[in-house]
Amino acid sequence: MSDRQQLLEIEDLAVHYVTEDGTVRALEHLDLSLGYGETLGFVGETGAGKTTAALAIMQLIPHPPGEIVRGKILFEGQDLLGKPNDEMRDIRGKKIAMIFQDPMTSLNPSMTVGKQIAEMIRLHENLTPAQALEKADHMLETVGIQAERAKDYPHQFSGGMKQRVVIAIALACNPKLLIADEPTTALDVTIQAQVLALMKDLKDTYKTSMLLITHDLGIVADICDKVAILYAGSVIECADKRALFTNPCHPYTVALFHSIPDIDAEQEQLSIIKGIMPDPTDLPTGCSFHPRCPNAMAECSQTIPGRIEVEPGHVVSCLLFKTK
Amino acid sequence: MPGTLIEVKNLKKYFVTKAGLLHAVDDINFHIEKGETLGLVGESGCGKSTTGRVLIRLLEPTSGQVIYNGDNVLLFSRGQMKDARKRMQIVFQDPYSSLNPRLTVSELIAEPLYVNHVCKSRQETQDKIKKLMDTVGLAERLINSYPHELDGGRRQRVGIARALALKPEFIVLDEPVSALDVCIQAQVLNLLQGLQRDFGLTYLFISHNLSVVKHMSKRIAVMYLGKIVEVADYRSIFEHAQHPYTRALLSAVTIPKLDVKRTRILLEGDIPSPINPPPGCRFYGRCMYRQTSCQETEPELAANGSGGLVACHFAGKLGA
Repeated sequence: MSDRQQLLEIEDLAVHYVTEDGTVRALEHLDLSLGYGETLGFVGETGAGKTTAALAIMQLIPHPPGEIVRGKILFEGQDLLGKPNDEMRDIRGKKIAMIFQDPMTSLNPSMTVGKQIAEMIRLHENLTPAQALEKADHMLETVGIQAERAKDYPHQFSGGMKQRVVIAIALACNPKLLIADEPTTALDVTIQAQVLALMKDLKDTYKTSMLLITHDLGIVADICDKVAILYAGSVIECADKRALFTNPCHPYTVALFHSIPDIDAEQEQLSIIKGIMPDPTDLPTGCSFHPRCPNAMAECSQTIPGRIEVEPGHVVSCLLFKTK
Repeated sequence: MPGTLIEVKNLKKYFVTKAGLLHAVDDINFHIEKGETLGLVGESGCGKSTTGRVLIRLLEPTSGQVIYNGDNVLLFSRGQMKDARKRMQIVFQDPYSSLNPRLTVSELIAEPLYVNHVCKSRQETQDKIKKLMDTVGLAERLINSYPHELDGGRRQRVGIARALALKPEFIVLDEPVSALDVCIQAQVLNLLQGLQRDFGLTYLFISHNLSVVKHMSKRIAVMYLGKIVEVADYRSIFEHAQHPYTRALLSAVTIPKLDVKRTRILLEGDIPSPINPPPGCRFYGRCMYRQTSCQETEPELAANGSGGLVACHFAGKLGA
């Protein structure tokens, strides 16, 4: 696509889960690219495949039932899919780190937070335990927690503080790519504002690229550079944040914006998308959005739309834009 | 006040815990007019759900009064309360845990009808169930489905149908859309507004999501640590909020738009524990305008001069 090398490029990735009730096509045609230092907002509803995509990048898809059926995940030009397990273990945490949604369950309750940060550092860096603990203290201060609290256990922290600890662990080895899976969804709004401000700061200091998984377009507007909209396992629109917010093209993206109550306007009724997300074991033929699409044409039920570039860097998968 | 449906006076709900008295709801006053939606916003642990539950006596308050249509609900006998509950219903946040997984949609909707002996015959019950399903937008083919077969939006519709079954006047909506995706959330919000119009319902809409609350409500009450800190018309609260906490809360809302000119007010620290709260203003520890006097006297909820109420010693003096 571009001659400049991207940090992460995903090409036509498909992940299926084989279950008793049929094959769940969690990801069908996932194409994505993320440049150095960029933040990509990865937006979609529950079941769209956001978390599966993150787990696929980390090579953490449970197998069975999960299986990467086809595609490529190029990280710094190398395909992660062919990597042996021990090489992957070096990459995880060191080069690609992940923050999970729920800070209450992603920390070890029986280990002090300082030790948990040090554990990560010791795994990837050749430091003595004392040096690692010292670095852990420093990391805590970086995320706005006093170093004395390194000896405390997770239950002694509030939700927002725990998520700070998780961020400290993720950034401890200065990864190239940070995958944040709904990092603030479990937090209250005023705490969310604190954590988002922190993440923005750290992203600038560490020049980390970030894949931010969220369902909140407000967070995207606040902190991302690019946006990819995911629907039923495929990226249906991907663009620069400004292009996507000022000129959303895909009917689903447009509808998504309209279904959020506008805090600055008076609205009688919200406009809605009829129906619900399709069953991933039984995706519609053609474009997976066509049964709900207000602009669907006869062709939409037969042809899977390809990636159409409506303007440089703004890619839409919708037949409405084909003729241009 | 003519047209007032509910008036809450000095309502308190304390929970006894090992660590001390938890002041979940601490001396709050508000009223809800007939046919209006009062939005109740606040962060987790501020007491908004407890308020909703005490209002319809799912929890017994420690003290205070809830006047419903002129009668103090809290003095009702068991029998009177059973009658009153036909008029006051609740829709819970989590449609995954508030429906009995072993009952079908029709059994779930029939339950309130049976309990109150509303229908005389089996046929009448069935007709009523179908009519309710139609009202909340559930397809008739789902009548024998179990909750696990439904998605979150449909489950919440079942919860709403149950609440509507006895033709209530007043419904407590306790975070009815928080567990739903935005597209489904929009469908349910539209449904709730439609029902309010058609049946003249009065809502107490509890949520932590300010955009949703604003969309639904006529007046909004903001709670912090068991106290109501500000009540105002939905417009004035967004345009000129007076309480520092309301301002911070508003500034923390993420808005899906570019180039929004806003000053972010980042509050220090976390919400303090509601167990044995200190005297004085509850917001003292996180407030950027705090003065020593705030720690000594607790601010009363008082008229703010523009039709609303605010509980801050420095209301109106903090600049725009």
